[in-house]
Amino acid sequence: MSTSQQPIGGTLGTEVVPVAPGVNLLRAAIILLAFAMAAAVPIAFASSYQLFQLTLAGTYAIAILGLNIVTGFNGQISLGHGAFYAVGAYTTAILMTHFDMPYWETLPIAAVVCGVLGFGVGFPALRLGGLYLALTTFSLAVAVPQILKYRGVEDWTGGVQGTFLVKPDAPEFTGLNNDQYLYLFVLTLAALLFLMMANLLHSRIGRAMRSIRDHPTAAEAMGMDIARIKTRTFALSAGITGLAGALSAIAVEYVAPDSFNVELSINLFVGMVVGGVGSIVGPIFGGLFIVFLPNVAESVSRAAPGVIYGVILIFFLYLLPQGFAGFPRRIAALFRKRRQD
Amino acid sequence: MSGVALLEVSNIVVRFGGVTAVGGVSFAVDDQQICGLIGPNGAGKTTLFNCISGIYQPNEGDIRFRGEMVTGQPRHRMIGLGIGRTFQNLALFRSLSVRDNVLAGAHHLGRAGFIACGLHLPWVGREAARLDAEAQRLMAMLDLTAVAEVPVASLPFGTQKRVEMARALIGQPRLLLLDEPAAGLNHGEVDELAGLLRRVREGFNLSILLVEHHMNLVMNVSDKVVALDFGRKIADGTPHDVRNDPDVIAAYLGEAPHERAA
Repeated sequence: MSTSQQPIGGTLGTEVVPVAPGVNLLRAAIILLAFAMAAAVPIAFASSYQLFQLTLAGTYAIAILGLNIVTGFNGQISLGHGAFYAVGAYTTAILMTHFDMPYWETLPIAAVVCGVLGFGVGFPALRLGGLYLALTTFSLAVAVPQILKYRGVEDWTGGVQGTFLVKPDAPEFTGLNNDQYLYLFVLTLAALLFLMMANLLHSRIGRAMRSIRDHPTAAEAMGMDIARIKTRTFALSAGITGLAGALSAIAVEYVAPDSFNVELSINLFVGMVVGGVGSIVGPIFGGLFIVFLPNVAESVSRAAPGVIYGVILIFFLYLLPQGFAGFPRRIAALFRKRRQD
Repeated sequence: MSGVALLEVSNIVVRFGGVTAVGGVSFAVDDQQICGLIGPNGAGKTTLFNCISGIYQPNEGDIRFRGEMVTGQPRHRMIGLGIGRTFQNLALFRSLSVRDNVLAGAHHLGRAGFIACGLHLPWVGREAARLDAEAQRLMAMLDLTAVAEVPVASLPFGTQKRVEMARALIGQPRLLLLDEPAAGLNHGEVDELAGLLRRVREGFNLSILLVEHHMNLVMNVSDKVVALDFGRKIADGTPHDVRNDPDVIAAYLGEAPHERAA
């Protein structure tokens, strides 16, 4: 009987990232094919509104990727990532409207601003374990919309009314309309970010994040500087989620405090759990889930979509306790059971 | 290292509130020596062990390793100094595979940071491949190759203990601290462990400090044994001398101590 302590985050992440040196080429081919399909099919067939929804799902997927790094892989529970999403969105909105900056120039700035903010949050987070950190980040999510409404900064933020921005024009050589172009832009950026995070999580740094989640005392004995890795992980996570927020501001062409309320943070958390805590591809499913499930719920019952939403969510967690990313393993397990019977 | 011991523990005092857990203990471990640390329950073995591994800071005294001060150093610096350890009751990274657990032990040998890893720069790949080859070698030595990709939590206890040993060895320690390595092992496994400890000492050119209840194991593998009772050192010498020391016998059997100064 092992009596080793289990931090709260430790029970969340069950995904074991496989190392498969021999199948790299095959894997690269599959990823390229999936990317080509994800780019070509919606551009060929989707309506402009559907493209907008997919673009939004892409930004949520990136935001959940950020959240999953800190919560799924490092075991630091954050219920307040909507705050970083909001700050990223407002950074881009302010830079585009007040400084006439082109949209793509605002993205790295939004990421860095949120990264620095995340680093600041990461410091107290070191002293707060599990549920206390969850509540502290939650209070951040509660506070941010009200800070955005504050009169003192109204000239910059647009106050309660929010700020409109202009959707970027597609470069002419692409032959795409603006919605198609923005979708492709977000998709490409998402693919690059997912690839970089997959690299990171398979490296010594990713291993250190997971080690600290599983057993901090042993991680220290292996020479891992917990304070350093945790704060940097938090900063990276916040930066990625902030970048997602910046993209969403461009896609929606509008930012307002009430778009970034507490529900957004909860939605990101739901998306992470549904996609698969501690899974690299899980956030893609999570992003699609939180954009499209409310529509599905509404089409089932106009009177009580919230009830339907809840029922579907519970049903999903019952069927796929490890999220969408655990689906293949679940199927394999079922098959094995069949054969034994 | 002529003349200077690898590990020098001098006059360590640890108090918890009003209780003195360790009251002025000194001893030394030489290069390539296996040193056993024994004593009845509550003798202060684990407290002393935790001081050497940096978990506790002693109230008085100091610990030097290869002439360098260990007391006051942060815990994550220990393995960099050359002090590795295993844990009582195992402390593996439960959701990681055997390979990743072993590689985690090589963390301090890597240099790649967040950005280099995210971009997977060519040198990062070479560094990872080099450490992976080392992990492969250790897994082969400890009979873990067949379970390399298996999540460690699903393996039997004895196998997990070998994973912990591989994880400690890949970090290239000069001194290996073992906290009750025989706990939970059966008779045959304890014999295997004794053989493993000797092989490791030869093959990896390191010293071992062994905190252990299992008297046979300690007397069998140690070059030197230090015995504690009530936070004080009562014997220090070869296994033969310590086994026959009247104070040690008294401490273990509960007889009245011979000539203990009042």
